Amino acid sequence: MSWLSVIIAGLITYFTRFSMITFVNSKMMSKKVRLVLSYVPSTVFPAIIFPAVFFNDNGYFVDVNDPKIFGILAAIIIGFFSRSIIATIISGLVVYWIFIL
Amino acid sequence: MSSKFAIFKKGLLDISPLLIPVVPFGIIFGAIGIELGFSPLITYATSLIIFGGASQIVFIQLLSGGASSLVAITSVGVINSRHFLYGAVLTEYLEKLSLIKKLLISYLITDQTFAVSSKYFKNHKINNHSHYHLIGAGIILWTTWQVTTIIGIFLGSIVPEEWGLKFAIPLTFLAIIVNDFRKLDHVLVMIISGISSLIFFDIPFKAYIIITPLIGLLSALIIIRIKESL
Repeated sequence: MSWLSVIIAGLITYFTRFSMITFVNSKMMSKKVRLVLSYVPSTVFPAIIFPAVFFNDNGYFVDVNDPKIFGILAAIIIGFFSRSIIATIISGLVVYWIFIL
Repeated sequence: MSSKFAIFKKGLLDISPLLIPVVPFGIIFGAIGIELGFSPLITYATSLIIFGGASQIVFIQLLSGGASSLVAITSVGVINSRHFLYGAVLTEYLEKLSLIKKLLISYLITDQTFAVSSKYFKNHKINNHSHYHLIGAGIILWTTWQVTTIIGIFLGSIVPEEWGLKFAIPLTFLAIIVNDFRKLDHVLVMIISGISSLIFFDIPFKAYIIITPLIGLLSALIIIRIKESL
């Protein structure tokens, strides 16, 4: 990982932070754009979750009874009911550990 | 009118419950950086220079998995594009600040600071010191993230690979979106995006991480249209 990539990624991230505040006033952005942007987490994060759970290190589909499947199911259920970040992560890890031991 | 320090302290207090999940997240990030084979220095540098937890994990994960720098950088931009949304909301309350102050305060905008400070701005009369709320919340969050990254870097060289710490990556991202599990439109976008990421996973340069959000946002747009026409 080159330092240049880190710096460019940092500059882009900084741009996402300051651009609206410095160049845009509240009236310039349409409601529609704001509404669409509110879906960004719901589209970006599953794109990371799904391959990490359903593929193994070699890029093949995992078995139905892979520990990761049980772990993520536990985390989804606990997450749905608790809405707690910590409880979601811990429940997933614990179930995963139970199955790999 | 409350004093600068009182408002600063209020920001600090308001954000403190949200710091609890940041601690394991920071440790996980530091540890994963080492586990994926990055040097301690560059792992830490991402926390200082990018300062965006989710995007940092994706960044190092993609690069270690053989993605091109262009894809890794672009995906950081896509993930962090949600800051545009935060900025669009916050700009209304920060309009009176000088350019320099706006530029400095922008570095502190995160999911958590946005959550607490936008709420504070909405419920309090805006005065010349209001922005100290965001500064207070931002500084404590920033410090927590830097310190926990460093702790993780140390732990990462101790924790054995068999513990499967890598599985903490999808779990962490799942945890970030659990609040939207009760909204059908969001769940639909999540499922469409997840399936799309599996379908496009094998195309070169890990470009699935760019294509998927495009498909996801397009489906969000369609869902919004359908909801409007109902």
